[in-house]
Amino acid sequence: MLKEIFANQLLLGCPQAAVATLVALAVMLLARLREIHLERETVVALVRGIVQITAIGSILVALLRGPSWTSIILLGGMIAAAAKMSAGRSKGLPRSFQVSLWSIASGAGSVIALMTWAGVIDTRITSLVPIGSMLIANAMNTNSLVLNRFRSEVESHVGLIETGLALGADSRQTVTSYVQVSVQSSLIPAIDSLRSLGIVWIPGLMAGMLLSGARPIYAAIYQFVTISMIFSSSGLTALICSLLIRSSVFSPAEQLVLRPPQVSAPNVRSGG
Amino acid sequence: MTVDVRKGEVLVIVGPSGAGKSSFLRLLNRLDEPTGGTVRFEGRDYKEIPPPELRRRVGMVTQTAFLFPGTIADNLRFGPLQQGIELAAEPIEALLSQVGLGGRAGEGVAHLSGGEAQRVSLARALATKPAVLLLDEPTSALDADAKDEVERLILTVVRRNDLTCVMVSHDLAQAARVADQVMVMNKGRLAKIGKVSEVINAEGNLR
Repeated sequence: MLKEIFANQLLLGCPQAAVATLVALAVMLLARLREIHLERETVVALVRGIVQITAIGSILVALLRGPSWTSIILLGGMIAAAAKMSAGRSKGLPRSFQVSLWSIASGAGSVIALMTWAGVIDTRITSLVPIGSMLIANAMNTNSLVLNRFRSEVESHVGLIETGLALGADSRQTVTSYVQVSVQSSLIPAIDSLRSLGIVWIPGLMAGMLLSGARPIYAAIYQFVTISMIFSSSGLTALICSLLIRSSVFSPAEQLVLRPPQVSAPNVRSGG
Repeated sequence: MTVDVRKGEVLVIVGPSGAGKSSFLRLLNRLDEPTGGTVRFEGRDYKEIPPPELRRRVGMVTQTAFLFPGTIADNLRFGPLQQGIELAAEPIEALLSQVGLGGRAGEGVAHLSGGEAQRVSLARALATKPAVLLLDEPTSALDADAKDEVERLILTVVRRNDLTCVMVSHDLAQAARVADQVMVMNKGRLAKIGKVSEVINAEGNLR
């Protein structure tokens, strides 16, 4: 319907964005009716999303015409931004920015480097940046899920963890099972994407390749390649994150430093 | 504050809620870090001892018995396993007999009563053969019958194993029953310390 009214692509984009925003706001209002308050976060996320993607789109137009090495700067910037956002999701967790930066940089960065070296990802900036950004974004989501789940697992098991410490256990060992649960649950989206590929969803990259004239079978195979790479970078990020977070919640004297907000540890709650 | 606890002695810390009794206890096995001062264990600054090693020598029983999922025996094996020792069935049975749970090693911990769970917690602390036992209101979450039983049991176990014991209690009568020395804390400070007769009068009130 909108296409019939707006002939120009740029003019068409604005009402399309408006319709998509209205639907998102309607969902937010529905949630509000159920007493689930997402108003502030949703509005901020929508505004940030449109501003960021438009700004980056405009910058990309200029950068995509530049030399290949600029893609390294772009991807580096994306990793830093991803680490900052992921760390923001895990407030209260000590050193969460450093943990996120190392995890995403090594997880997504190494997969991007390896795949580019192997020729799976084209070195052209128009290929490297979009595919790299997909890997970084998914690594960020996985990292956030690991941090978030780990924090809540530790906060709910302070008593058991300190009991382990009091019995002379190595601090990292007392949280091993919580680290495992966090990593496993964080990888559910990546595994599900791989499992449901082609049945539940056909991602945009494949559609884009088809539109730009690629052979359908190659477009399909390359979509599988991309989702596999996403799984690898997410998995690697989760594993590295799991190695780093287990020591981040303890002091050098092996004392648990992460506490539930407003609530003392169960074994110190009453009494003195 | 300066506090000296001798080998085999039972020190009971009493005081109102928020006095800092539990916080003080947590400093003794270094679950929390002292902001100043020195804690000496067997004459040695305890910061020279790696925390896991210190904690194996200084056992702790908390108000709530946090038992690991699994069997009673699994819980007793946990501490020694940290030192690379696989506890055999015989010493497990001996420990359980000490706390009145003989023959129940293979039982799961999920359905234990509060008193039974606290007994397992005590046996688990003893399994690492500690020299010191820290007890943070070990009977306050139990009903009256279980409370008396566990208190008697603790006293027997402490005397039999010649353990040095520091216990937090909010119950002056309990302090009078079990203590060699009583320490009164108030607002994070040491208010008084001495023998039971010096701190608690015949009516069971603070002197």
